[in-house]
Amino acid sequence: MTSPTGPPSAEGESAERVPVVALEQVSKSYPGATIVHALQPTDVVVWPGEFVAIEGPSGSGKSTLLNILGLLDTPTSGRYLLDGYDTSRLSASDATALRAFRIGFVFQSFHLVNYRTVVENVELAAIYRHTKPRHRRHAAIEVLHQVGLGHRLWVKPPTLSGGERQRVAIARALLGSPALMLCDEPTGNLDTRTSGSILDLLDELHHQGLTVIIITHDPTVAARAQRRLFITDGIMVETPVDAGALT
Amino acid sequence: MRLDASVPRSRIRTGDMLTEAWSAVSRRPVRSLLTALGTIAGTGAFTATLGIAATASAQISERFDLLKATEVRVQDAAPNPDSADTDPAFPGDVDARLQRLNGVNHAGLYWTLQPAPTITKLPGRLDPDQNGQGLAVIAATPGAIDAARAEITGRNFDTGHLDRNSHVALIGAAAARQLKIVRVDNQPAVYLNDVPYTLIGIIDDVKRNPDLLLAITIPSSTAVEAWGPPTVPTNVLIDVQPGAAQLIGTQAALALRPQNPDRLQVLVPPEPKNLRRGVENDTKALYLTLAVLALAIGTIGITNATLVAVLERTHEIGLRRALGAQPRHIATQLITETALLGTTGGIIGVTLGTVATIATAIARQWTPTASNWTLLATPLLGTITGILAGLQPARKAGNMAPVESLRA
Repeated sequence: MTSPTGPPSAEGESAERVPVVALEQVSKSYPGATIVHALQPTDVVVWPGEFVAIEGPSGSGKSTLLNILGLLDTPTSGRYLLDGYDTSRLSASDATALRAFRIGFVFQSFHLVNYRTVVENVELAAIYRHTKPRHRRHAAIEVLHQVGLGHRLWVKPPTLSGGERQRVAIARALLGSPALMLCDEPTGNLDTRTSGSILDLLDELHHQGLTVIIITHDPTVAARAQRRLFITDGIMVETPVDAGALT
Repeated sequence: MRLDASVPRSRIRTGDMLTEAWSAVSRRPVRSLLTALGTIAGTGAFTATLGIAATASAQISERFDLLKATEVRVQDAAPNPDSADTDPAFPGDVDARLQRLNGVNHAGLYWTLQPAPTITKLPGRLDPDQNGQGLAVIAATPGAIDAARAEITGRNFDTGHLDRNSHVALIGAAAARQLKIVRVDNQPAVYLNDVPYTLIGIIDDVKRNPDLLLAITIPSSTAVEAWGPPTVPTNVLIDVQPGAAQLIGTQAALALRPQNPDRLQVLVPPEPKNLRRGVENDTKALYLTLAVLALAIGTIGITNATLVAVLERTHEIGLRRALGAQPRHIATQLITETALLGTTGGIIGVTLGTVATIATAIARQWTPTASNWTLLATPLLGTITGILAGLQPARKAGNMAPVESLRA
């Protein structure tokens, strides 16, 4: 278990700033013949603009943590504040709305809709925000230019390379300027060179002020983050207890 | 706790919902076609069965009209013995008077001679077989033969024969067989009470008055000259155009006996509407049952195909949920998609069903008939089918947990 930590603000304004993520004794267990404690009570604070890697082997509980952070799942106990909102007190409908307006997802397997064009895939992130089609289209094109896909706007995902697909997913996650970008093994399906370029892009976005959390099992990917959290057997630590056990 | 104004509830514009649904349907045409096949088959069968039923019903009506409703008979109601009206029931120019009525094809007078004259192939004393026994002798005007729609080998007699009281005769096919007469081109004769009558035609078949087939028919004027005015009630047979029977029924008596039409009894066949309606209802009920069955099978088909499609699109559903779609958004999109598929399937189905109806009608030489409501309502039926078929898959899709969907 870690203590909530926040980066010192350069201007010394941490008392006025609201953490993007604040986990207070958050745990997750699954009922059954034998109760599985996927995540032990955990405290984590992530401040705006941080680039955090959550690192751990398969079955360590990192996906469980990602699902809770992404409001795709609810904790068994504890309190999770996202951008200042206590998510444990939200209805399912409000949690969905908060997810739509505050979180951008990047998945390992991209999760693009193959029968829609690149632009339409990016626009999908704003459709459930009731945005006007023209504004949505304009913003999607702009963000695709930002990730270097300005020349691939009207093609469909099956014609793209793996790296390009992940850039589309990143563009989709960026649309609407989310408070938090959650990346689940974003380079898991990419070769080393392409992985490097995707991590460069995430690094660039972080330097532009975006809060990024990467879930990964790969220490070299985690090494690109500003801050590294390790999770094993559902227990989160700020510093690796035994780095060798993770590999 | 409620979210503040910076985080409104996730919503989707109606136009966007339709666009999303239409994209899912139109951009995967093969999959959509396969999904809609059930509806296409169902609505196609629905349209075809109802169309063929309507066509068959119309054909039944036509048959009824042609065989029943085109026939009018006028009888001589026995004159009141106390009445001063002792004239013959019908004038001498029955054919001409009735022919002038609009809607009459043919009309003529006829009666059966009583007692029947002796019929022999040779003069009586030379014909020991007397095999004309049992045959009748009918007196008729040419119009009566035509009104019976007789098919004649040889020829019918005409007004010239009437004017001259000619000794000519037609012989029914059955009578000809009995008398062993097979041809008339050599102008054979039959003897009526030992008086020869030249056979000018054989009546092979009739649509009405089948007694003509078992009789010798001679011109009415010839019969009156030989045996005197008819001693039995005489009849007039009128062949009218379809739909004209009721009208001719009101005009015939007046045309024949303007001075005393009440003496004549006009027999108009009962309007076959009730019978026709009964038959139509029976056939329509049968076909409608088949059509609804076909549609139900189509609904089950589209439901299954959509359920499979939901499973195949689990990732997409999970993604949409992750991006902020509420369960109702997912369900509504699925139902919109199946409604679009149902409507498209309905339009294709009604087109194919109409083509099948027309093809069937052409093959049977019928007139294709279809009601407007069937053609207009069937696509709507496809829409309803699609919506019904989408309910269960939509419920399933809406209830999918985003975590499970993304992980699948």
